Amino acid sequence: NLIVVRQDRFSMLLVFTTDALEPYISKRTVELHWGKHQQDYVDSLNKQLATSMFYGYTLEELIKEAYNNGNPLPEYNNAAQVWNHHFFWESMQPEGGGSPGRGVLQQIEKDFGSFTNFREEFIRSALSLLGSGWVWLVLKRKERKFSVVHTQNAISPLALGDINNSIPSINLCDDIPCPLLLQPLINLDLWEHAYYLDYKDDRRMYVTNFIDHLVSWDTVTLRMMRAEAFVNLGEPNIPVA
Amino acid sequence: DASVSWIEQQPLPYPSDALEPYISKETVEQHWGVHQNIHVERLNGMIGGSEWEGMSLGQMMLSSFNEGREAPHPPFFHAAQIWNHDFYWRSMQPGGGGKPPERLLKFINRDFGSYDGMIRQFMDAASTQFGSGWVWLCYKTSKLPHVKSRSPIPSDNYGRLVISKSPNAINPLVWGHSPLLAIDLWEDRRSDYVSTFLEKLVSWETVESRLKKAVQRAVERDEYVSTKHIRKQLLARAKSRIRAMPQQVNGDAREQTSGQEKSLGV
Repeated sequence: NLIVVRQDRFSMLLVFTTDALEPYISKRTVELHWGKHQQDYVDSLNKQLATSMFYGYTLEELIKEAYNNGNPLPEYNNAAQVWNHHFFWESMQPEGGGSPGRGVLQQIEKDFGSFTNFREEFIRSALSLLGSGWVWLVLKRKERKFSVVHTQNAISPLALGDINNSIPSINLCDDIPCPLLLQPLINLDLWEHAYYLDYKDDRRMYVTNFIDHLVSWDTVTLRMMRAEAFVNLGEPNIPVA
Repeated sequence: DASVSWIEQQPLPYPSDALEPYISKETVEQHWGVHQNIHVERLNGMIGGSEWEGMSLGQMMLSSFNEGREAPHPPFFHAAQIWNHDFYWRSMQPGGGGKPPERLLKFINRDFGSYDGMIRQFMDAASTQFGSGWVWLCYKTSKLPHVKSRSPIPSDNYGRLVISKSPNAINPLVWGHSPLLAIDLWEDRRSDYVSTFLEKLVSWETVESRLKKAVQRAVERDEYVSTKHIRKQLLARAKSRIRAMPQQVNGDAREQTSGQEKSLGV
């Protein structure tokens, strides 16, 4: 059951019905979060783009450019929040959670020791974020390993390139090689609008439920497969003729 | 010892249902009783046995801010959030709102053009604060000698009312501004919440008395600073004169010095 809201420039898409994540995220929260907060970001962005030099950019290009090496331009917050939210909804599925697929699990065990360690690390990182923001599981392309990071407000790993090593950014789409250093795999929204109605101040319960019951390991597997087209996560294994 | 309460939570200045129907009893109990209490517990959990443990909340907030050049020291976030919340609760009163008292209104008219002008700026600040934070009405006192962080409203135009917004836990005291009024934008950033706060809840009497104290403190401190500054200058000149004395053999030079002395008003 697909719900699509089309805007003139950037559109919003929710890949499940608003009540699909109950009881962990209520219908009311999704309606408010997706239908109101995210819609506001889309509307403000579209409004800005009408008179902006960024008209015509893809959302990923826009985020990278408008981040402006840490001196964000006015479009940045809205663009990044639209992208982050979309990525967030896709990071979940009804009846999610459980154990990751084999490839993802192997990499998690390699980089965190065990799945339990990863889970603890993810929860710890989420709880130590002060104020609004996001917690992410990312693939560090250079180090070729998974890592958990959190970011303030609208900061997206997409924007966090290596400034000293800046290659002119052309296209940050998933399927074209690009200087993307942190490839996001999962994100979790830690703005209060994401959980306050359902959990009040119990951020720990919200994060735990996300990891145990909502996160879509299927999506993560897909995202990792795409990333593997550019990053060799194992030992080089060249077939001998 | 984790069981010691270094910082105790201040009681609410009114019963938890006193702000109804604008802020429900349930919201106050959650916000004051759970949310603010978490900050108190976390802070007490982290300062025991450290350099912070004997400090008052305000001292701890100012000294752990770390001048804004580096990330604040760990107690800052919770200390400032407790301070901000206490200040926020005391910015309201049952049956508040309405027009500010005359004395305060004079300041408002001078610095914002009109009462409506101030409300407009307030609403603008509230609706453009991105992420968590606070909106403040402050008296911009001249810079405190120990405050090195940069004010978001630079210019030397001191002695005025200003409206500022601050991210997360930041309190305008760290910029050398004296806060008069705070609105919490953490849970609820809808514009009708802010307008309800200003129309029905804000205690203008409290704001006025805070302003009075802020002005008084600024005057006292500036006088103190300037006397101290003049005394220091004179002392430095006198010292350099004494150092120069043994080399001055002819009387002309000595006359010159005493001439300088007169012009300094010693």
